[in-house]
Amino acid sequence: MTANGTVADKPDGTTAENPPQRALTAENLVVEFPVGRGQKVHAVSGVSLELAAGETLGILGESGCGKSTVGRALIQLPPPDSGTVRLGDVELTGLGPEELREARARMQIIMQDPVSALNPRRRVKDLVWEGPAIWGHDGSDKDARIDEALRAVGLDPETVRDRRPHELSGGQCQRVCIARALMLDPHVLICDEPVSSLDVSVQAQILNLLETTTRRYGLSMVFIAHDVSVVKNISDRVMVMYLGRTCEVLPSDNMHLRAVHPYTRLLLASLPEAQRSAHTDSAAEVKQAAELPSPLDPPSGCRFRTRCPLATDLCAGEEPPLREIAPGHRIACHHAEPRKDIP
Amino acid sequence: MTPPLLDVTDLRTVFHTPRGAMRAVDGVSLSLSPGETLGIVGESGSGKSVLGRTVMGLITNGRSTSVSGSVRLGGKDVHALTPAQRRKLWGTEVAMVFQDPMTSLNPVKKVGTHLSESVRLHLGLSRAEARDRAVDLLRQVGIPEPSRRAGQYPHELSGGMRQRVVIAMALACSPRLLIADEPTTALDVTVQKQILDLLQTLGEQLRMATILISHDLGTVAGRTDRVAVMYAGRIVECSDTASVFDHPRHPYSKALIASIPRLDTPPHTLLPTIEGRPPNLLHPPAGCRFAARCGFATHECTTEAPELVAHGGDHGEENGGGLVACHHPLGAATAKEVTA
Repeated sequence: MTANGTVADKPDGTTAENPPQRALTAENLVVEFPVGRGQKVHAVSGVSLELAAGETLGILGESGCGKSTVGRALIQLPPPDSGTVRLGDVELTGLGPEELREARARMQIIMQDPVSALNPRRRVKDLVWEGPAIWGHDGSDKDARIDEALRAVGLDPETVRDRRPHELSGGQCQRVCIARALMLDPHVLICDEPVSSLDVSVQAQILNLLETTTRRYGLSMVFIAHDVSVVKNISDRVMVMYLGRTCEVLPSDNMHLRAVHPYTRLLLASLPEAQRSAHTDSAAEVKQAAELPSPLDPPSGCRFRTRCPLATDLCAGEEPPLREIAPGHRIACHHAEPRKDIP
Repeated sequence: MTPPLLDVTDLRTVFHTPRGAMRAVDGVSLSLSPGETLGIVGESGSGKSVLGRTVMGLITNGRSTSVSGSVRLGGKDVHALTPAQRRKLWGTEVAMVFQDPMTSLNPVKKVGTHLSESVRLHLGLSRAEARDRAVDLLRQVGIPEPSRRAGQYPHELSGGMRQRVVIAMALACSPRLLIADEPTTALDVTVQKQILDLLQTLGEQLRMATILISHDLGTVAGRTDRVAVMYAGRIVECSDTASVFDHPRHPYSKALIASIPRLDTPPHTLLPTIEGRPPNLLHPPAGCRFAARCGFATHECTTEAPELVAHGGDHGEENGGGLVACHHPLGAATAKEVTA
């Protein structure tokens, strides 16, 4: 691996001992899926993100906003149609299959449905060892490392080592998936809706596990989910997506108070009352009606304008650029202003 | 006081599986007044959906299932009726909305047909009257351009629109009770809110009682008058919604509510979790089913099942309080310790 570059490569002066400051950088990702008759689904249209070492970035959005596609484009599964993805110092787009395979060991993905992510015919110990086996690990400390990984995710090695996925609960399967991902000492973990198929009490266990694991191993994580509270709680920064574009990037702390983009406000206003706070808008302020526009033919200009209460002619004609309104807080909106009442 | 619309007494639903009897619902009693909204929350496997279907009469005594106890709906015992009598009940007395709107609709029938079918059958309307009624219903559930939509097929509608159609079908014959089983689980948050708003306004307009079954405590919190929390086939707590969420009496309700991530806590807060797993319902433990995971459990809890009894409310009032099935209910524990 050449991921740890030289000092000269990095203006910020990190050394080879320290991990690079940027764990992952993606610029201008575009992913389109042809659907025949010359039409294509504009799944992701120019999304950029960066992930500092040890940081967790949450990607929030509803179904069809392209959040999962971004996650998959990061890991080149499939590669984006255009744009760049840098993992540490390695540019992933344009790598040959063998080089990509090597680079990808440093980035692991955890999927939504833990049961279908595991081969039903294999035992837990083989599932966990699959990565090292592919990488030609000699297996001298195989059992010890498997046990260590299982213990790290809160499973008892004695009971689960020889079981198959169907003998485990959904939460346990997700723990096995996390153990698998950790086996190759990744720098970046991409979690695509890792808790949305789990019960509330199990969800809390898995979220805690991800929290402690990333801290313990100094992992950077991209956490993709549709649940505002879940994303807020695990992330350092949150990126909100709508129809393939970024709406707002903001620190997760007090995000329900800071958020200004009309779409983020709509998401917050849609939360059940129990989770909402007095500071969020009542739903009445938001234009409810409209349907989600088709990603085959997204609206011109700002893609949210068809549902936006602030929309004007400017929004239809001109796409709002992502502008910084406060340190670390960027929005793509012509009209929204930072809230004065929030420190 | 008005007689209850729905009265469920000691309901038990048992599935006879090759591995033994599975007690999915094990001794549930509840009642519902006309126009009231009851939430049933619980995690997967707690029996909340089976309870809904048994109340509806979709699960009845059969070769591999046995139902005991009684479900009285408007004075009639649902499980004592013949299948034909029960079919008459569906639609006019009780209707159900399921989780997945796509599988609830027939993909080869037009939206309008789904709606006119039941009104022709139950209300005996003519073809033309039924068509008008279908368009009316679509308008009532907030579908724009109802007459055009009536001529479309389910696949031409979005998930939220489909769920509106399913709700329109349920409302077609003005039932007095609507059972909504996870009506918004398959939908996005912004759409979820619209559908819940719709169910609420329709419930109020039509004075229809609603049972809202959900795994999502947040969904139920702002939308119901009362909440029943289920665990391993039993109701562990049943009170008015605010007191369940603000002052849960059962350790399980409290732990479940605490495990939801909140917006107003700082990021990276570790969530309180419930250790262990729910019991296997093929071999449920004696005593309280939550005892093995409960921090307050004593010897009594593992031997004797607690009854669902009134806990006396916050100020010890007689009728304002809710019901809790616990030997050591929270809040009351301190008083007990003092006397002991």
